[in-house]
Amino acid sequence: MYEFNYQRPKSLADAAKALKSAGDGGKLVAGGQTLIPTLKQRLAQPSDLIDLGGLKDLAGIKVEGGKVTIGALTTHAEVAHSAAVQKAIPALAALAEGIGDPQVRNRGTIGGSVANADPAADYPAGVVGLGATVHTNERTIAADQFFTGLFTTALKPGEIVTAVSFPVPQKAGYAKFPNPASRYCVVAVMAAKTADGVRVAVTGAGPSVFRVKEMEAALGKNWAPAAVDGIKVAPANLNQDIHASAEYRAHLVGVMARRAIEAAG
Amino acid sequence: MAQDGIGASVRRKEDFRFLIGRGLYTDDIKRPGQTHAYILRSNQAHAELRKVDTEAAKRMPGVLAVFVGTDMEADKVGGLPCGWLIKNKDGSPMKEPPHPPLAIGRVRHVGDPVAVVVAETREQAKDAAERIEVDYKPLPAVASIAAAIKPGAPQIWDVAPGNTCYDWHIGDKAAVDAVFAKAHHVAKIDLYNNRLVPNAMEPRAAIGEYDAASGDYTLYTTSQNPHVIRLLMGAFVLHLPEHKLRVYAPDVGGGFGSKIYHYAEEAIVTWAAPKVGRPIKWTAERSESFMSDAHGRDHLTHAEMALDKDGKFLALRVATNANMGAYLSTFASCIPTYLYATLLAGVYTTPIVYCEVRAVFTNTVPVDAYRGAGRPEATFLLERLVDIAARDMKMDPVAIRRKNFIAATAFPYQTPVALQYDSGNYQATLDQALKAADWAGFEGRRAEAKKRGKLRGIGVSTYIEACGIAPSNVAGALGARAGLFEAAEVRVHPTGSVTVFTGSHSHGQGHETTFSQLVADQLGIPFDNVEIVHGDTAKIPFGMGTYGSRSLAVGGTALVKAVDKIIAKGKKIAAHMLEASEADIEFKDGKFTVAGTDRSKAFGEIALSAYIPHNYPLDQLEPGLDETAFYDPKNFTFPAGCHICELEIDPQTGTTHIAKFTAVDDVGRVINPMIVEGQVQGGVGQGIGQALLENCVYDKDGQLVTGSMLDYCMPRADDLPSIGVATHATLCAHNPLGVKGCGEVGAIGSPPAVINAVVDALRDYGVKHMDMPATPMKVWQTIRAASPKQAAE
Ligand SMILES: Cc1cc2nc3c(=O)[nH]c(=O)nc-3n(C[C@H](O)[C@H](O)[C@H](O)COP(=O)(O)OP(=O)(O)OC[C@H]3O[C@@H](n4cnc5c(N)ncnc54)[C@H](O)[C@@H]3O)c2cc1C
Repeated sequence: MYEFNYQRPKSLADAAKALKSAGDGGKLVAGGQTLIPTLKQRLAQPSDLIDLGGLKDLAGIKVEGGKVTIGALTTHAEVAHSAAVQKAIPALAALAEGIGDPQVRNRGTIGGSVANADPAADYPAGVVGLGATVHTNERTIAADQFFTGLFTTALKPGEIVTAVSFPVPQKAGYAKFPNPASRYCVVAVMAAKTADGVRVAVTGAGPSVFRVKEMEAALGKNWAPAAVDGIKVAPANLNQDIHASAEYRAHLVGVMARRAIEAAG
Repeated sequence: MAQDGIGASVRRKEDFRFLIGRGLYTDDIKRPGQTHAYILRSNQAHAELRKVDTEAAKRMPGVLAVFVGTDMEADKVGGLPCGWLIKNKDGSPMKEPPHPPLAIGRVRHVGDPVAVVVAETREQAKDAAERIEVDYKPLPAVASIAAAIKPGAPQIWDVAPGNTCYDWHIGDKAAVDAVFAKAHHVAKIDLYNNRLVPNAMEPRAAIGEYDAASGDYTLYTTSQNPHVIRLLMGAFVLHLPEHKLRVYAPDVGGGFGSKIYHYAEEAIVTWAAPKVGRPIKWTAERSESFMSDAHGRDHLTHAEMALDKDGKFLALRVATNANMGAYLSTFASCIPTYLYATLLAGVYTTPIVYCEVRAVFTNTVPVDAYRGAGRPEATFLLERLVDIAARDMKMDPVAIRRKNFIAATAFPYQTPVALQYDSGNYQATLDQALKAADWAGFEGRRAEAKKRGKLRGIGVSTYIEACGIAPSNVAGALGARAGLFEAAEVRVHPTGSVTVFTGSHSHGQGHETTFSQLVADQLGIPFDNVEIVHGDTAKIPFGMGTYGSRSLAVGGTALVKAVDKIIAKGKKIAAHMLEASEADIEFKDGKFTVAGTDRSKAFGEIALSAYIPHNYPLDQLEPGLDETAFYDPKNFTFPAGCHICELEIDPQTGTTHIAKFTAVDDVGRVINPMIVEGQVQGGVGQGIGQALLENCVYDKDGQLVTGSMLDYCMPRADDLPSIGVATHATLCAHNPLGVKGCGEVGAIGSPPAVINAVVDALRDYGVKHMDMPATPMKVWQTIRAASPKQAAE
C-alpha cells in the first residue's frame, strides 16, 4: 500500500467537498472490499482516501410507496437479512446473500458495488433487472443509463452514490452461476415482472450488465420458464477466461434465465 | 485401554493455543532490532538479466541494504542443492543446473528472485524495490511439458539439451513388450495429471539473525524439517558449521510438502543478517507464495495395460514426462521416479512393469513433493486404467479389481517394481467400503437422479501407497543424498514427568497429542505429564522431519526405542532398590514389580532415585534418566485402502456435486482415531480439490494465469461432502507399533475415485476419460461434444 491522506467526513456535503478538492487523487472508500485489496496490491495510488463510514444516514433500508430504498452504505448482509427486503423483493435478498463470503457481506456495500461496476458483480443484475434508480448527491440516474461499460458508470468525477431504490416487482427471481474460484458471477440473471413490463438482466457474461430483449418479449407474452427455451444469446461479445468460454457463458445465460424464472414462481 | 492411551480419541492438546490465537508462528516472532526484507521477483518467464541497477533503491528512505545475485556470488554462496541424484537409462547422472538464491545472468520463471531490499519497514522495502531498474532481455519461454519437449524448443539450460533433466527407467522393457505383443487386450490411457499450488494456510516466512559476539547464526523458518535445512543451508549454501547455526521452526501452519525444501529466502536472510548487523525478517504474501512455493504433480503420461481374456493383468507399460520447473527443488528428482514408478504395481498381481520417465525443465516454478508426492500420480494412472480396462472388457470395475488383487495370504509380497509389501488385506477394505457406500443400491439411486434430470455416477479406487521412505542404505544406493532415519530423546525429570524431543515436526498433524499418548501409554504415566518438543535444532538431537507420512512410523518408532531404553534402565534401578535380580523385574502400568510378588516401585520413584542417587547402583549405572534413540526403518510401510465416490452432474451446467464419499483405509494400528479421521478427511478434501477444482495454469509465454485465489480454485467447505472415514487395520510387520501412516492416503486414494465416478455418470455419452480437474465447463463441453443435439437444447 502506498501512503495516502485519510479523511473521514461527517456529512455528505463535506465528503463531496473533500472529494472535489482532492481532484484526481481522491478516492471514496465504503466497505473497502474492492478498494483495499487494490491498494494492498499497489494497483492504485490515491492521494486521499475519503471514508464514507461516518455518514450514518447513508445506511439503512426503507420500504415505502411501492419502493425499497437502500442507502449506499448498507452492507450486503443487511440487505440479505432484512425482513423488509425478504418480504418485498426476496430475489434481492437472495442476491445479496450470494455475494462473496460472510466477511465480505458484512463489510461490502451496495453503493460501493454499483459504483465499482465490476462486470462479474451481482448487484448490476439486480439494479438493471429490477429497473432501479441510483440516487447520488447531485441527481438520480435510471438503471438502464447507469452502467456504461467495463468498470464504468454514468457517475461524474466527484459524484457520490447515496442510495438505490428498487420498485417492488410483481415477481422476480435471481439465479447465479458462480465462478468456482472467486465465487463472483460467471453468469447471473435477474428476471422480473414489473409494472412497466418484464426485465431480464444478465451480469458476468459480458463487459457490463445487459438486458435480453428477446427473452423479455417472450416472457411478456407468457411468464413461464419454458418461454425462454431456445432463445439464444450470441457468444460474440461475451467474456472469456479459463473458467468459462464465451460459448459456455452464452449457454449459461439461457440456463440461468430459466432458473431465475423458476425461482420467481 | 486407558482413557487417553493408544486407541483413544484424545482431543488435540495443541489446539488450545491455536484457538485462542496464541500459537507462535515465524511471522509472530519479533526480534529486537528486526528489519524487513522484500524480494524483487522476475515478472518475466525467461529473460537475460542485462543489468540490475539498485542505486536509486539504496537511497530510498529506511533502506539498509540492497543485494543482487552477484553480491552473493562474490561471497562464494553456493546454489540450493538437490537431495537426490537420479541416473539416466545409460547410467550417466541427471543434469543439475545451478540454483543461485538470487538469479545471476538470467531469470527462468515468473517469481525468480532478482534482488532483496532490507529496510526498516516492509513498506519501505517495497517502495524501494520499485526503484530497482531491471533491464531484462526477454527470451522465448517454454511453459509446459509439451512445449519443452518439442524439437527445437527454446533451451532453458545449456547443460540440459532438449530441456531434459533425466531420462530414467525401471523394469525390463523387452520382456514387457513381449507380453504386450501376445496380450488378448491392451487398455490405454493418455492423461495429464494437473499441476497444483500447495497453498498452506500460513505463507512461508524466515528470520535470519547473527550474534556478532558469539558468531552464532539463527534461522527461524517455516519448515517441516529444520535439521535438514541446517544441513543443506549450512553445508552447501552458506558454508556455516552446524554448531554455529541454529534452525528453529516454531508453529507452522500447514506444509503439505511445500515446506520441506530449502528455499532461497532462508539463505538470503541468514547470509544478509551479519551484513546488515540486525535480524532480517521476510514473510511471503499470498501472491508471492503462488509464484515461489514449489508446486506439485504436473505429469503427462501414456500408459497401457495388457490383459488376458479373463481380465487378468499381464503387464503394465508407462511413459511419463514430469515437469521439474525451472530449477531442481530439494527432492524434485525422486518424486516422479522412486515415489512414483515403484508404486505402479498397485494392489495387483501384475507380474511385470516397465516405466520410463523423462524429467523436463520448463519456465515455471520448481515442482516437488506435494501431499502424496508421486503416489497420487501413480494411483490416478493405475486406477483410471483399471476402470478403462474393465470397461473395454465389459467387466465390472469391482470384479476386475478383485480378480487381480494380491491375496491377503501372499505377504510379504515382492512387486516387480522393487518394493516388498509387508502386510495388507485389500479384499477387506474393499468389502467394508462397498458396504458403507451401499454400492449394491447404486443403480436405484442413479435411476432416481435421472428423474430429477441429474446424471449420477459412482467410482471406486483401491489404492496403495508407500510411507516412511527407507532404509537409508537402500535409498542411498538409489541416489538419496540424505539419511532417512529419525531421532528421539526421552528425558525423564526427577519427579517422573517427561519431556520428549522428537526430530519429527508437527505442522498440523497433532504430534503433541499422538506422541504424548504413545509415551504416556508405554510408560504408564498420565497424558498430561508428557511434553513434546520439536522443531528446534538447538534442542533436538537430530531429525529428518515430517513428510511422506513418516512421523509415526519412523519418528514414533524412534520414540518407542528411546522409551524402551528408559524402561531397561528403570529395571536396573528397580532391581537394585527392590533387591531383586534384574531379570525378575516386570514393568507394567507405570510400575516396576518383582515378578510374582507385590513388591514394586512406581515410575516416579525410579526417576527420583535416578536423580537423587542415594540408594543407587552407582558402580554399575550412571545417574539420570534420559535416553536417545535413532531408528532407521527396515522398509517402507504400505497403507492401502478403498475410496468410493458417488456424485451427481447437472448436465445443463456441467456442475458436479459429490453426494457421498466413503474411505476405508488400512493405516495400520491407530493411535488416535480422531486425528486419523481428520488426516483422511483433509487429504480427501485435497484429493477432491485436485479432481474437481484446482488447476495451476500458465499461459504459453510463462505468465502465471492462476496467480491468486480469484482464479486458483481451492476447495471450500461447501465444495466437500461429509466424508465417511473408517479404518481396517493390518499391522505393519516391521515396526513395533504396527503403524503405517495416514497423512497422505486421502489425497492419494480419492482423485481416481472421483474421476471414475464422473466418467461413470457420463457413461451414456461415450466418455472414456476426463483429465482433472473436471470443471463445470469441461464437463459441459464433454457432454456437448458427445451429443451436440442435447447440449444445444
Ligand atoms: C473475497 C471477495 C469476494 C467477493 N465476492 C463478490 C461476489 O460474489 N459478488 C459481488 O458482486 N461482489 C463480490 N465482492 C465485491 C464486494 O461485493 C465489494 O464489497 C463491492 O464490490 C464493493 O463494495 P465496497 O463497499 O466494499 O466498496 P469499496 O471497496 O470501498 O469501493 C469500491 C469502489 O467504489 C467506490 N465507491 C464506494 N462507495 C461509493 C459511493 N457511495 N459512491 C461512489 N463511489 C463509491 C470507491 O471509490 C471504489 O472505487 C467480493 C469481494 C471480495 C473481497
